[in-house]
Amino acid sequence: MSVFIGVAELDALVLFASRIPRTVALILVGVSMAVTGLLMQVLTRNRFVEPSTTGASDAATLALLFVLLLQPGMPIWAKAIVTTIGAAIGVAGFLGLARRIPVRSSVLVPVVGLMYAGVIAAVTTFLAYRVDLLQELNSWAIGDLSSILRGRYEMLYLAAAAALIAWIAADRFTIAGLGSDTARGLGLNSRATFLLGVAIVALVTGITTVTTGVIPFLGLIVPNIASRLVGDNMRRTVPLVAMIGAAMVLACDIIGRLVRFPYEIPLGVVMGIVGSVVFLAILLRSPSTRAVTRG
Amino acid sequence: MIQTQNLGKRHGPTVAVDDVSVAIAAGLTAIIGPNGAGKSTLLTLIGRLARMDAGAAVVGGLDVATTKTRTLAQRLAVLRQDNHLAIRLTVADLVGFGRFPHGGSGRSADDLEHIERALDLLELAELRDRYLDELSGGQRQRAFVAMAVAQDTDYLLLDEPLNNLDPRHAVALMKLLAELAQTRGLTIVVVMHDINTAAQFADTIIAMKDGRIHCHGTVDDVVTVPNLATLYETPVRVERLGARRVVLWD
Repeated sequence: MSVFIGVAELDALVLFASRIPRTVALILVGVSMAVTGLLMQVLTRNRFVEPSTTGASDAATLALLFVLLLQPGMPIWAKAIVTTIGAAIGVAGFLGLARRIPVRSSVLVPVVGLMYAGVIAAVTTFLAYRVDLLQELNSWAIGDLSSILRGRYEMLYLAAAAALIAWIAADRFTIAGLGSDTARGLGLNSRATFLLGVAIVALVTGITTVTTGVIPFLGLIVPNIASRLVGDNMRRTVPLVAMIGAAMVLACDIIGRLVRFPYEIPLGVVMGIVGSVVFLAILLRSPSTRAVTRG
Repeated sequence: MIQTQNLGKRHGPTVAVDDVSVAIAAGLTAIIGPNGAGKSTLLTLIGRLARMDAGAAVVGGLDVATTKTRTLAQRLAVLRQDNHLAIRLTVADLVGFGRFPHGGSGRSADDLEHIERALDLLELAELRDRYLDELSGGQRQRAFVAMAVAQDTDYLLLDEPLNNLDPRHAVALMKLLAELAQTRGLTIVVVMHDINTAAQFADTIIAMKDGRIHCHGTVDDVVTVPNLATLYETPVRVERLGARRVVLWD
């Protein structure tokens, strides 16, 4: 459906240059961002975090600002490398902060994440404002797939591959989610596991920042839905999270293209509205509010 | 054999474990003592969950400070007091992770055999597909013990495993531990508060006070009026009931 909506005539060029790339990009970004959200939640042992609420996306955007400032002509893959490094620093900084917070005060973790992300975003906004790049930066940052064409989305395969690695190493990540004492008792190399997790989160965040922009709430709500259905054993959860993530992004994309037809509402905006409602519903239903008070 | 030499650990200004040198042989050993005596800290040091400030601990010939954590995990299972889980797992998931140190994915025939055995031993077969956050504290406690049993190690360290357990399951667990120690030659160390239970099931008792070993020996050696009265600084009677020693607080 996503392939066909919003076109009067569908010829081969439009189909292969724009329509199919867009649908493939939607699926790839849905899969990789949802799985990254799950990974962040398991590693921080907290249900209410994802890369965009913990500074990873904001650090990637800040890195992108430096690129736009210093080397605007950089090819997109090189931009992705810079944003990935930015995201890696951002997420490593957050995990460093989160480790100092006792697990039981679980409400603190997302709050600290939001404040940390807010500080980075404020720096970015200030700098962008001073150099008059605010608008351009916003057009990168808001999740929008209308600009996806052949040649501008293929890096998302790499992001999806990173999600696949998260599945392959699922047991390690789940054990890390059992807490440091239990993990060490089982002989897990926690440091290596966390580094791998940071690398996966950074790669997905860096690549999505330069291709599709940030899609809010996706990484937050999809793992929560999957957790209700099959728990948090990542070996079982990752495939389900990937499927729900892709389906949700496709659905929101279709909504965004139908509401104001023939114009489009960016995916990030639709997802923001749908996501916040779903997130509220998740918060208000009993099991997860219990999880808040108990940790 | 577990051996510690001049083991020491400080928490800020307080000395939690003070120059402890002790040898623990195969069998069921209970560590008793008043609150803050350093029992749990000693256990976490031997189980390399905390770094020691002084001395050394050797488990089955492996120095816990220098041996790779994975290698240790194949020989030594350790269970903390606080088994709080932030993520949702089923009982079978958790017990399956006990196979991780052996490179097991939890799905090979050998792994499944160990998992089934652990579930059976802890009477958890019926709860295997339930999520841990839906269980009672005692059931969750048993699931964690089952994970440690599935780890299939020669050394088992348990910090207050009787917490949350009703008498039936507490007795069943102690019987199971005593049996594992006897039939499989395991070395099991249990931190506990109930001296009567310790006296009933343990082969050896270590009493700790102020970070040091107060006394260490067989039940008959340790469970005496002078030992316990000085250990807890509380008047006490020790009566004989059949073959058992029973402690009564006055």
